[in-house]
Amino acid sequence: MTDKTRIKILVVEDDPDMMEQMKVYLESENFEVVSASTQKEAEPLIKPGAFSAAVLDLMMENPDSGFVLSHKIKKMDARIPVVIVTSVTKETGFYFDKAHDPKAWIKADAIIHKELRFEQLKAELKRLLGAGEGHE
Amino acid sequence: MSDQLPVHQLDVLIVDDEAGMREGAARSLEGFSVPLPDFNENVTFAVRRAATGEEALAQLKAKSPDIVLLDYKLPDMTGIDVLTAAPGAGDFLTIMITAFASLEVAVNATKRGAFDFLAKPFTPEELRATISKAARSIYLHRKARRLEEEKRQVRFEFISVLAHELKSPLAAVEGYMHLMKERMKGPELAAYDSMVERSVVRIGGMRKLVMDLLDLTRLESGKKKRAIEQVDLVKAAGLILENVAALAAAKKVTLELKAPPALVLSADPGEIDMIITNLLTNSVKYNKEGGRAVLELDRKEGGAVAIRCSDTGIGMTEEELAKLFGEFVRMKNEHTRNIDGSGLGLSILKKVVKLYGGDVKVQSKYGEGTTFELTLKDAPVPAAAEAAH
Repeated sequence: MTDKTRIKILVVEDDPDMMEQMKVYLESENFEVVSASTQKEAEPLIKPGAFSAAVLDLMMENPDSGFVLSHKIKKMDARIPVVIVTSVTKETGFYFDKAHDPKAWIKADAIIHKELRFEQLKAELKRLLGAGEGHE
Repeated sequence: MSDQLPVHQLDVLIVDDEAGMREGAARSLEGFSVPLPDFNENVTFAVRRAATGEEALAQLKAKSPDIVLLDYKLPDMTGIDVLTAAPGAGDFLTIMITAFASLEVAVNATKRGAFDFLAKPFTPEELRATISKAARSIYLHRKARRLEEEKRQVRFEFISVLAHELKSPLAAVEGYMHLMKERMKGPELAAYDSMVERSVVRIGGMRKLVMDLLDLTRLESGKKKRAIEQVDLVKAAGLILENVAALAAAKKVTLELKAPPALVLSADPGEIDMIITNLLTNSVKYNKEGGRAVLELDRKEGGAVAIRCSDTGIGMTEEELAKLFGEFVRMKNEHTRNIDGSGLGLSILKKVVKLYGGDVKVQSKYGEGTTFELTLKDAPVPAAAEAAH
């Protein structure tokens, strides 16, 4: 963050409380939050230059909303970091197969468990944005 | 008819030291089939043979059969010895063959899990009848096991979803606490008002979920205490309307009651309260601002009572309608994200209505509104209910 313009982050989350908390944290870190609370609402927001990174809830109106959005974002610009937030592995016993790199087909850069410490999200975003600094 | 059923072969091991017996039994089962239409199977039999206890044990070890026809008196040991030494005893069904119907042998063999007896000499028909019985028993057991497995799966899924539904509000409250602890919005307490408010709402939702869950459990186990009395539904509806008024006013939804002066039903007042409250709160929660909700009560032919609740709300798509009565199903779309609920309301409603020998019908049009129609009959008086139980 060498310049003063705030980095825009797309946050898609259907739990209004999670959304509110995410906003407070990210804004305190000087990010600007572009928000959507459903997959449907988020889709028209996926436009070149609209945001520099995305944080997506996995299960919204569809059980794979996060994957679908991630795929669309990566198709538009593969360099935009995408973090998928989910609680799916623990509760349903549905595991992402570590042997076959899950990110390869999910097309996300990081998958964070839902009881994430916001610090973890912050660190993940910083790491990913740092790595992609070339295209900022 | 039975020809069209899929064929399944059961593996039968015949253990007898008399070659004539072995061959005779094998011939009796050759080409013999047992149609089991209720299991959608036609059962045939593949026969293996053993002449001694040792041979039998070797065969059992090589491959566990489905049925063992076991002679009691073998040259090297008794049939009981074979059962005792058999690997995987209990995986197969044993039919004991004895020359003398000795009670002692029977008791002993039954203790070791023998399923049936055949007294020597027996006719091919007797053998086939016994084998048919055994085949049916095997299928019944398999079906029971499958049902048990399905039940376990349903329970597992229910608990998984329940855990999720309890964790979400916990995570929300925990998150707000964390924000407050870190003083993310500065030192002024007022800055955190909305966070405290949301925490209270989420904890309230969690309490509702736990209470609903207890209701559901009581209903399912049949342990719910019921106090049946003559309840005037119109009077009850009037009181509930007052309770829901605040919620309706907040959403600018007008409530209307269309009913005769009185409508009496033998019922548990708590259950009636639950039913009507559930219908009315749903028709307000899932309504549009400025919408309408109408509750209609009337007597149907034959004495049953109809409760109809229609709204001018957001309605449901066919797809949503199909999922409506599932446990923890809450419609997730852009209209419903700020609506709280346990996702158990309609599951409970349906179970309660069943107690009144009634049913629940739903009609809905996406974007236009939903109508629930319930029919309730007089609840049986407690004594009769006890007797029926």
